[in-house]
Amino acid sequence: MTASLMPGLPILIGALFVPLLRGHLQKVFLLLLPIIGMVQLMGLEHGPIVQISLFEYELTPVRIDRLSLVWGYIFHIALLLNIVFSLHVRDNTQHLAGLIYAASAIGAAFAGDLITLFVYWELTAISSVFLIWAVGTERSYRAGMRYLIVQVGSGVLLLAGVLVLISDAGSVDFKHMELAGTGAWLIFLAFGIKAAFPFLHGWLQDAYPEATVTGTVFLSAFTTKLAIYALARGFAGTELLIPIGAAMTAFPIFFAVIENDLRRVLAYSLNNQLGFMVVGVGIGTELSINGTAAHAFSHILYKALLFMSMGAVLYRTGTIKGSELGGLYRSMPWTMLFCCIGAASISAFPLFSGFVSKSLIVSAAGDGHYMITWLVLLFASAGVFHHSGIKIPYFAFFAHDSGIRCKEAPLNMLIAMGVTATLCIGIGVFPHLLYGILPYAIDYQPYTASHVITQLQLLMFSALAFIFLQRTGLYPSELPSVNLDVDMIYRKFLPWFVGGLGRFAITTRDGAIRAGKQAVLQLLIAVEHYHGRRGIFARTWMTSSSVLVVLVLLALYLLLYL
Amino acid sequence: MTNDKRQEKERWLDRRGNVDKIVRTIYAVCALLFLSDLAYHKHPHFAVESWFGFYGIYGFVSCVLLVLAAKELRRIIKRDEDYYDG
Repeated sequence: MTASLMPGLPILIGALFVPLLRGHLQKVFLLLLPIIGMVQLMGLEHGPIVQISLFEYELTPVRIDRLSLVWGYIFHIALLLNIVFSLHVRDNTQHLAGLIYAASAIGAAFAGDLITLFVYWELTAISSVFLIWAVGTERSYRAGMRYLIVQVGSGVLLLAGVLVLISDAGSVDFKHMELAGTGAWLIFLAFGIKAAFPFLHGWLQDAYPEATVTGTVFLSAFTTKLAIYALARGFAGTELLIPIGAAMTAFPIFFAVIENDLRRVLAYSLNNQLGFMVVGVGIGTELSINGTAAHAFSHILYKALLFMSMGAVLYRTGTIKGSELGGLYRSMPWTMLFCCIGAASISAFPLFSGFVSKSLIVSAAGDGHYMITWLVLLFASAGVFHHSGIKIPYFAFFAHDSGIRCKEAPLNMLIAMGVTATLCIGIGVFPHLLYGILPYAIDYQPYTASHVITQLQLLMFSALAFIFLQRTGLYPSELPSVNLDVDMIYRKFLPWFVGGLGRFAITTRDGAIRAGKQAVLQLLIAVEHYHGRRGIFARTWMTSSSVLVVLVLLALYLLLYL
Repeated sequence: MTNDKRQEKERWLDRRGNVDKIVRTIYAVCALLFLSDLAYHKHPHFAVESWFGFYGIYGFVSCVLLVLAAKELRRIIKRDEDYYDG
């Protein structure tokens, strides 16, 4: 009975049957799972609806309220779109991994206690890594390992924090926490790793672009947004999150401008968008929490759309490097159109989804008179249009003609992109549909003259800057290269450092052995010198000489005695 | 995927003149938007918002600075593609 009350569980159980099915039957079954999950979710009542006792603790595996429902809905929608996009894939591992990953993210969004959260938290890590490993290369194996270590590490910190919290407070409920004490800090850090805080972000840009064509779309939807949910649940109104979030919106865009791998560019802009949500959590007002929830919702859609379009390009051309692409609008016009819709949405053009959700956060920053934060958010808004809104479509579909001629994306991909694009526009045009499911009651009008005009000014002058930089030749060209980021600490520096320690140890050991050998050799030479065949102690003396010596000794003895 | 460009019809965007048309349209839109600051009432949270053309100037300047700074950043952090493979 309890199973029917647990969101995500039907998908988790259903996933186990996927490998048993083949062909069309499997496809239909895959498509049905998120729909069944959504129907189940909509039928559930609010409140702590499943509670069990474990040892002396009261666990709440399922707690439903308006905050968790936003994530519950969008995770189901994202899963459905992902399944449509990956319907051509004939790899049960990827289907299974995607389903378990999504189901555990859904479960985590409804976890009412920290133990349950931890279990789902780790399950998302372990299941999602298969989406990277599915590429099947040495490179993807290593990238997956790095990803897994960081993700599981985040889970270990979470567990450590929970244990400290339990011993201090005795409660395992997942509720608002003050950022004080070891337990809360450990949990904050665990959330921060998954949310890709500055300096903890390396895994995101490192791993996401290494996954399969469809795997990256999956990854973009769940892990980081789950972390945003966890922050909103646990640390709303924690002022420290405002500067952290503002930094997150700003620094990735510098990297995005010079990055050549277009899926990595999108990973940087994902990081930048998470920054807006983190700022929203930090401000902590009803408007800003609504903003974070709304932005997470629309972000999952347009980010998936952008990753889908770049995935389709990679699928058809075999490359995703800006330096090798260009002119694809001839071959993939529909993909280009959908990509542009995603680009307009992430750039927050009026009538697209990003506009109606990001406005809430920026307005909340204005209402709270966080002037520096507000200026940084404006800068980041202009910047995201610059690198995601223009750079992605421009270098893939326009710019110079790369000469690549390929087929348009497969039908299932086009359908997935088309539906996602429709949702992006739908939310932009009918924002009250999204506003209606937000955690708090909302009375906000995104389409005022002032709002629309100022946003258009910001964006169009950002476009003007792009034209100016392109035409004056100042814009950096796409170069085959990698750029260093914090992941170099564990990809280069630590191996070098540990290797150096090893080399030092070996040199020291060799030196000691050499010195020891030398000492033994010296000893042997000395022994040889005195006791060897020609040594003074080893000579054979004549009898007469011996008698003479004895006589001399006796004479000396006699003299001394007398 | 092929590299065969023969017998391909010319697209509208292939003509340089048409790209210029798009660019000129963007110039015109920007000019209009800049002037439209005269035409509506702002609801500023901060004093800077009331400056004439603030959003346009801020957007342009910050994007140019962003790109120039990123170019400088590239000098420091750019490595060969096989940097991590060695």
